[in-house]
Amino acid sequence: MKWMTPRTGGLALLAALVLLLPLGMVNNYWYEVAIQVGLNAIVCIGLNLLIGYAGQISLGHAGFFGLGAYGSAILSTRYGVPPALAIVCTTVAVAFLALLVGRPILRLKGHYLAMATLGMGIIISIVIVTEDKFTGGPDGMSVPALTLFGLEVAGERVWYWVVAAALVITTALALNLIESPMGRALRALNGSEVGARVSGIDATRAKVGVFVLSAVFASIAGSLMAHYSGFITPGKASFFHSIELVAMVVFGGMSSTFGAIIGAMALTLLPQLLTVLKEYEMVVFGGVMVVTMIFFPRGFLPSLMLLLARKRK
Amino acid sequence: MNAQLTQFLLSGLTIGAIYALVALGFAIIYNASHVINFAQGEFVMIGGMATVSLLQFGLPLLLAIPLAVLAAVAAGMALERFAIEPARGASSVTLIIITIGASILLRGLATLVWDKKLHTVPSFSGDTPIQIGGATLLPQSLWVMGITLVIVLLLGWFFGRTLIGKAVLATSHNPVAAQLCGINVRFVLFLSFGLSAGLGAVAGILIAPITLTSWDVGVMLGLKGFAAAILGGLGSGVGAVVGGLVLGIAESMGAGYLSSAYKDAIAFVIILAVLFFMPSGLFGKKSADRV
Amino acid sequence: MSQVQLRVSALTKTFGGFNAVEDVSFDIAKGKVHSIIGPNGAGKTTMLNMLTGVYEPSRGTVELEGQDITGLAPHALAGRGMARTFQNLQIFFNMSAIENVMVGRHLHECAGWLAAMLRFPRLSAGERESRRESAELMRFLGLDDYIDADADAMPYGALKRLEIARALAGKPKILLLDEPAAGLNATETREINALIMKLAHSGITVVLVEHDMHLVMDVSDHIVVLDYGRKLCDGSAQMVRNDPRVIEAYLGSEEFTPC
Repeated sequence: MKWMTPRTGGLALLAALVLLLPLGMVNNYWYEVAIQVGLNAIVCIGLNLLIGYAGQISLGHAGFFGLGAYGSAILSTRYGVPPALAIVCTTVAVAFLALLVGRPILRLKGHYLAMATLGMGIIISIVIVTEDKFTGGPDGMSVPALTLFGLEVAGERVWYWVVAAALVITTALALNLIESPMGRALRALNGSEVGARVSGIDATRAKVGVFVLSAVFASIAGSLMAHYSGFITPGKASFFHSIELVAMVVFGGMSSTFGAIIGAMALTLLPQLLTVLKEYEMVVFGGVMVVTMIFFPRGFLPSLMLLLARKRK
Repeated sequence: MNAQLTQFLLSGLTIGAIYALVALGFAIIYNASHVINFAQGEFVMIGGMATVSLLQFGLPLLLAIPLAVLAAVAAGMALERFAIEPARGASSVTLIIITIGASILLRGLATLVWDKKLHTVPSFSGDTPIQIGGATLLPQSLWVMGITLVIVLLLGWFFGRTLIGKAVLATSHNPVAAQLCGINVRFVLFLSFGLSAGLGAVAGILIAPITLTSWDVGVMLGLKGFAAAILGGLGSGVGAVVGGLVLGIAESMGAGYLSSAYKDAIAFVIILAVLFFMPSGLFGKKSADRV
Repeated sequence: MSQVQLRVSALTKTFGGFNAVEDVSFDIAKGKVHSIIGPNGAGKTTMLNMLTGVYEPSRGTVELEGQDITGLAPHALAGRGMARTFQNLQIFFNMSAIENVMVGRHLHECAGWLAAMLRFPRLSAGERESRRESAELMRFLGLDDYIDADADAMPYGALKRLEIARALAGKPKILLLDEPAAGLNATETREINALIMKLAHSGITVVLVEHDMHLVMDVSDHIVVLDYGRKLCDGSAQMVRNDPRVIEAYLGSEEFTPC
């Protein structure tokens, strides 16, 4: 079938999964977890475009997530902006910010780039904590519910569908981008930056573009999370959250949109599974990161698949 | 001199000395392996927390301190052996993620071995403040600055005059050539990690009486020491020391004269400023890519 | 007399006090094959890097068809019709062979973000055309067997030709090749030889940095000789071959028998 490419096939599979999942949900808690996974996945898809495809790095992406959450929260709480509009305005503002800081930051490479994104992320989280008149400081702030066409979007089941739709759309956009001239340009940058440049690719523009796009995805996910949970704290913009996001992308296998989704799922579910061993959560998380990067630098999942493929031969 | 200014300068120099020690740790490891060791801050934490434990067991301070440093050195060597060595040749991004993972692992272990509470360590020679030009100085601050100075001088002697030290420097300039000269590069790496961990631990022990210590005290100290290393120029020992002191004073002045709420942000603004305008820092080397 | 397409004037590149290239001037005529030769370290690749925007010249100018292009970024120069290959292959090993070639067409493709994400029909049609043209180019370069292959599965000789295919995909006016015969055996070198002649006949200007003297003398209309960063002489293959300075500095140490 000509239309069933890995791209469309995978997307169809995702859509089917998302539609059928509620049949297996036992209680509200499962929906909650699914929503968490979905939101993390949306951020990871964008971050994966930046890290896995374009070969860059960001240790500060939780900053964009936090800005999305707090921006929308502040606009709708303190300025009475309807939440839907607040989300749109926040997204545009974050895109602008990413454009502004992206240009100087993405001239850097390797660990210098990592450090700059780290600095950016932490500055954002410090500002969020310090400007407590707007943000409620370390104690957080409450967020009004999202209203669409006069109807209030509330409750796990309703939000499940909102997040699921957003996830499927994000995946489609990412997959389309990868199989396009700009997508090839990004992958070319990862393959050989000088080779890409002499082929006519404006490296800085491409890098900034994917940076802004990934910031937008993170911001939208943050805004959705804010209106879903009704209450947000600065931890969402923390350095640790940035690292969690990178770990998800890396674990699921860079250079794979579906890998990013699976990585988000795996590392979001991991703490849930470890609630019994809550004290060991950090040790396991850190251990997983170290082991994955040493033995499966291309990501845990792709390496697993390769191993299985080899065993079959 | 203005009493307030003196106060800020003195507290800036105190914390600056700590940043300098942490930054030196970064510099030594970076020089030996081109790895940015994000777990550096955890060695600072291990130094302080291990001292707390050892004191709780009834050991005298004079014994607890070297043992705590040794614990950190062991942790540093373990890090090199089990996390860095297996990943030789990996990309810089991969190595960064490994050290970040290691730092999370170490913090997790810290919460298991110890707890999540704040702990105190007694000052080395009491808490009676000393008056200097209208400002007050804790005796512990003198210990901090004094011991840091001694360490910096010792390191200078070590790298400049001893054979092992020179071997470490040679390895940092050109590992292959160093190997061909008979230098055991693996041993040098091992040593560098151990040395950096030791430096971090000393910093953690020195500052604990002033700022208290806990399982996550290493995060901010590590990141700020890192900012100092970048400011000074990654890989430069002199840069690390100067960077640390400058950062400490900048933080102190900034908190005093501008905004104390944004004190922590100063280090990160410095990181961005240096990376945007002077990526090789104050004393670092510039390099061009060969195509 | 062919018109001057590229004029290099007093081009200099200094690396921290060391002059890799010093005060070199020459003209590149349209549609001809030019070679830049010289011993190792003479500054040939540095020169090429300056011409293609990879290095910024410390002094001097480069003019393309009368317009000053000195210091322009590589992607801007690609837009002006300059394409190149590299001494150390800069192949995209993370992509398939045909995708490598398609990247060469970047400036002729629809590279919009929104068009890509929303998959505009114009883009889909463009993708099909891109793939078709790239496959054809691969066939032109004798890479038929690799049209469906991944770049990391190809042998060295094929990769060298793949890089040339990528450079040609952008339909350049000037093609700069950095040691295209390096690492190739005699048969493969003859193939490159024939290829360069084929390209020259199709009207593309070819600038060659090369060590292999047989190749250079066979294909070149014009040769520039560099030594220690300076220009030793430039002229026709005949002139250069017989220049005593060149023979002493370079050809004398090679096993070269004049034809």
